[in-house]
Amino acid sequence: MTKEMICISCPIGCHIEVTRNQDEITVRGNKCSRGEIYGKEELLSPKRVVTATCPADSILMARIPVKTTRPIGKELINSLLEDLYKTRVQAPVQCGAVIMENYAGTGVDVVVTKSLSS
Amino acid sequence: MKEITKDVVVIGGGSAGMAAAGEVVGKGHSVVLLEREEILGGILNQCIHNGFGLHRFKEELTGPEYAERYARIIEESQVEYYTGTTVSEIDSREDGKTVFAFSSEHGMLRINCRAVVLAMGCRERNRGNIGTPGTRPAGVYTAGLAQRLVNMEGLMPGSKCVIVGSGDIGLIMARRMSWAGAEVKGVVEIQPYPAGLTRNIVQCLNDFDIPLHLSHVVSKIYGKDRVEGVDITPLKNGMEVTEETFHVECDTLLLSVGLVPENEIARNTGIKINPETNGPLVDSNLMTSVEGIFACGNVLHVHDLVDYVSEESQRCGEFVSTYLKAGDREQQYSMVSGSNLKYVIPNRFSSGRDNHFYMRSLIVRNHAELVFSLDGNEVKRKKIRHIQPSEMISFTLKKEELADFNLDEQSRLEVSLIG
Ligand SMILES: Cc1cc2nc3c(=O)[nH]c(=O)nc-3n(C[C@H](O)[C@H](O)[C@H](O)COP(=O)(O)OP(=O)(O)OC[C@H]3O[C@@H](n4cnc5c(N)ncnc54)[C@H](O)[C@@H]3O)c2cc1C
Ligand code: SF4
Repeated sequence: MTKEMICISCPIGCHIEVTRNQDEITVRGNKCSRGEIYGKEELLSPKRVVTATCPADSILMARIPVKTTRPIGKELINSLLEDLYKTRVQAPVQCGAVIMENYAGTGVDVVVTKSLSS
Repeated sequence: MKEITKDVVVIGGGSAGMAAAGEVVGKGHSVVLLEREEILGGILNQCIHNGFGLHRFKEELTGPEYAERYARIIEESQVEYYTGTTVSEIDSREDGKTVFAFSSEHGMLRINCRAVVLAMGCRERNRGNIGTPGTRPAGVYTAGLAQRLVNMEGLMPGSKCVIVGSGDIGLIMARRMSWAGAEVKGVVEIQPYPAGLTRNIVQCLNDFDIPLHLSHVVSKIYGKDRVEGVDITPLKNGMEVTEETFHVECDTLLLSVGLVPENEIARNTGIKINPETNGPLVDSNLMTSVEGIFACGNVLHVHDLVDYVSEESQRCGEFVSTYLKAGDREQQYSMVSGSNLKYVIPNRFSSGRDNHFYMRSLIVRNHAELVFSLDGNEVKRKKIRHIQPSEMISFTLKKEELADFNLDEQSRLEVSLIG
């Protein structure tokens, strides 16, 4: 299996080819070793930081922004978003407050990214 | 009417205004900051994605988090600030300035001061600026407006959208709309290369298999009351290849076709505008052509990184303080951009200190060189690993690097990119 991707570890953006041959993964087209690490990780377990909004109980704002504290597996993103859209956040709340702990056993939390007074 | 007297008025409470006001007050001057919206933070409040503050705070913050760090500094300092307050006019006289503003709380405000900092940010180019033929139905939004609707008001502009222009805001919105349940059918870019950062192409388009049509234009918009679809046509050598036009059904068009400094107040005050940036021309102290009026942030030139906005604006605050204290003005010389650069800011330099420049490239290259030359003699050369128009170049020319050169009134420093 070969996948083409662009390394985003630096602004050069090398077009790389990542090939998986049983247990061996080879990366080609990378100008430096960071490209190899990036390619392998993107093939094996791509992760992303998710930012979204939750409904807020406040007269100031209808939605409150939130984020995952670390990148989470791409396959978990859709279910996370669904759960977030159902989570109402009560004001007052401080920036950094945890609204979901250890999502799906990943060790990643979801926190509020804006303080909201009541 | 409320009348106030302060050393400095800062217009706009985004990242630029907050950084400038914080610096000026820290140097012991009295400041009032005026912001049109109900909260401080400016555009950052609607940028809920992360990627802010990597240079400044060495961590990746979201826009609201970055804004909150600065807003706290303002709230805890001696800066007097008024939100919900819009500035309408600046009256500049020999003996001082008066800024006129209004708010629903105070009605008219009249503020007398010695210096003004313009920090009003930028606005988005809209359909009028790009002139796509077809009907004028509802469903056409600028990407930034859509960002505000989705992120702050929880409203979805539509369910099937096409994005015109590959600027970063449009790319970020492609991901945001996808995550919020809409279908993004494609991004149409007139240039042969994307306008936004590679990282955004990868994480906002490729992750969702959203096609990016480079060298294509939206040639027609369909729909009577609401957008129903668009025609997309490829370009070859700048000409539309009509036979290859294809149709895409959609109910929403998001325009991400560039930003322009908010320069209306500056123009009305008689400030000279730089045709390359659409912001004011400024000297080495970020002072405009009207004495005592300074500019920083997106009102001066459009920045892609908030970190640079904060850095530039803090420096602007220092210059304002120096201006308020000093009698004599130092000698300044002409600064111009040469080959492969769209512009350089500021437009003058001083000899007795470090000079910090921001530049925008016209070309995409790996391995280029930035070259400074004074009246034809090379002063400094620096290798750059990668350049592209969407990434601003920031460079400090050290005081020592100019020390060996003779300067006279006609001296001119030119910076160019060699690709
Ligand atoms: C939509 C968008 C997305 C961005 N995304 C990123 C990103 O992902 N990462 C990154 O690092 N950077 C990003 N940037 C760049 C960076 O965040 C901005 O350049 C920066 O925050 C701009 O700060 P500013 O203070 O110059 O302008 P603004 O934040 O726009 O602040 C200007 C303020 O002035 C106020 N104002 C205007 N006119 C008046 C008036 N007449 N009277 C009173 N107040 C007035 C406005 O209400 C506003 O609050 C983005 C920029 C935009 C526009
Ligand atoms: S492979 Fe190395 S040089 Fe190429 S984009 Fe990745 S980090 Fe940059």
